[in-house]
Amino acid sequence: MPRKVSGLHVYTMLLIAWLLLPVAIMVMFGFNDVHGKQNFRWEGFTLRWYARLLDKDDLTAAVVNSLTIALASTFVTTVVGTLAGLALGRYRFRGEGVAGLLLFMAICCPEIVMGASLLSMFVTLGLPRGHLTILASHVMFSIAFVAVTVRARVAGLDPAVEEAAQDLGAGPWTRFRLVTLPMIMPGVVAGALLAFVLSIDDFVITDFTGGATVTFPLWIYGSTRTGMPPQVNVMGTLIFAAGALAAALAARRTARAGRLPGSTGGQSGDSSIVPKMTEETSR
Amino acid sequence: MAGRRRIAPYLMILPGGLWLTVFFAAPLVLMVSLSLQTGNLVDGFRQTFHWQNYTEGLGAYGDTFARSLWYGLLATVACMALSYPAAYWIAFRGGHRKSAYLFLLLLPYFVSFVLRTVSWKLVLTDNGPVLGPLRDHGILPQGFHVLDTGFAVVSGLTYNYLPFMVLPIYVALERIDPRLVEAAGDLYASRAQAFGRVILPLSLPGVLAGVVMTFAPVSADYVNAEVLGGPRNTMIGNVIQSEYFDNSDYPVASALSFLLMAFLLLGVFAYARALGTRGVLGAEGR
Repeated sequence: MPRKVSGLHVYTMLLIAWLLLPVAIMVMFGFNDVHGKQNFRWEGFTLRWYARLLDKDDLTAAVVNSLTIALASTFVTTVVGTLAGLALGRYRFRGEGVAGLLLFMAICCPEIVMGASLLSMFVTLGLPRGHLTILASHVMFSIAFVAVTVRARVAGLDPAVEEAAQDLGAGPWTRFRLVTLPMIMPGVVAGALLAFVLSIDDFVITDFTGGATVTFPLWIYGSTRTGMPPQVNVMGTLIFAAGALAAALAARRTARAGRLPGSTGGQSGDSSIVPKMTEETSR
Repeated sequence: MAGRRRIAPYLMILPGGLWLTVFFAAPLVLMVSLSLQTGNLVDGFRQTFHWQNYTEGLGAYGDTFARSLWYGLLATVACMALSYPAAYWIAFRGGHRKSAYLFLLLLPYFVSFVLRTVSWKLVLTDNGPVLGPLRDHGILPQGFHVLDTGFAVVSGLTYNYLPFMVLPIYVALERIDPRLVEAAGDLYASRAQAFGRVILPLSLPGVLAGVVMTFAPVSADYVNAEVLGGPRNTMIGNVIQSEYFDNSDYPVASALSFLLMAFLLLGVFAYARALGTRGVLGAEGR
């Protein structure tokens, strides 16, 4: 392989540069020394906004809402989704096809349709919208992703290992705790990260089911009309840095384990979902 | 033990299944019923099998519907054209840095979706940090303007949904055994022939999966149109959103949502069926 810089190499770098340009601008304008309401002209460098990060009470409250809901949603989704993924990957049972179809639909259904139908239901039932309705919705749209991720992991396991544990006298609970769970852990962790990202980044469904409760994405959306304070850029930069760092660490661990690095980024989903989806759609 | 085995999967799938039934399937059924009702928020709605919700909705917003699908198509094709060469290069020429390049490609998507869209708007703003200097130095004409156009909306959609296309294509390309490409070369295929006869057919399932995964969310998106498009380039999502929140016309909004979902899901299923009959050219490794 002669190492020369090819056209495609240059093209790939340009594509990456284009994708990173808005991110760079977002980070940059968190350091912008602005005095008016509109933050789109560069007026000099300052660290002021990092010092005054928590000055905007309603913005801080929105970020706290986002984090609380994302943590709660991740916890519930990981437990419920892992169980479903285990059942689908391990057993053959009647109704499996229906369950698979439901998961497929939940992954493919446009967010706005989910949000709109949920709002109709909450209004019809007279349920007040708030934290709990957001949480229920977030768990709903994350379950399928976690289940599919865990199922992909279970499908690649050797059942003989668990049978051996059984032969050595381990009961079902011990077997699960000491054998099954450690083996599927990478899938569970990937699913949990995915659930967290999906929840903290969700705009559309929260817009419909949130009522008066405002999360970080909703707050940003609302502030675009009046002018976005630089604190939003700072918050965005910090969340971005934390997410990228977590993903980099996770990717390094999987790379060490000699597997394809999973991307738990954006709303794109874990890479183990993608082959899975490819298989689903090509069946 | 045998009895436990049979009941175990049902117990395990029960919580997730119930959750999806209550918060996903039930609302969809309710939405279909609501789309055939008449009434208003104050007096309540009644089931009247009012098909006019559909005809009125389509009559008033048919062109918006068409525009959404058109934008969706353009953005999907743009994602495909931009993704394939980069995915190809990373998969075949990335060497040991493959995962690093892929990580860089996905890095922007750790920024919150709305914030990313707002930052893209900043890039396209007339006097913003990118176009401002270009205009001041006379590189772009003074009248140059891109925000509030269809092009701005499609560019935002393309930017936001690129990973949905990159990942499946990359995974499909990555799975191709390099020895196949070498074998094609040994059998006197030119590089173009090796690509057209070996790599492209084997990566097709990934491309098709990418199309399915991109087209549906892109066509239903309303954030990009709201932030980048201005009033003349709205998409069907904007209409549904305003029917709910501004007019509280739930029946018409439900009818439009149902049409959108039916259209997209039917498209996905038809596509999946067509794929199945293709036999997928043996690209499925397992």
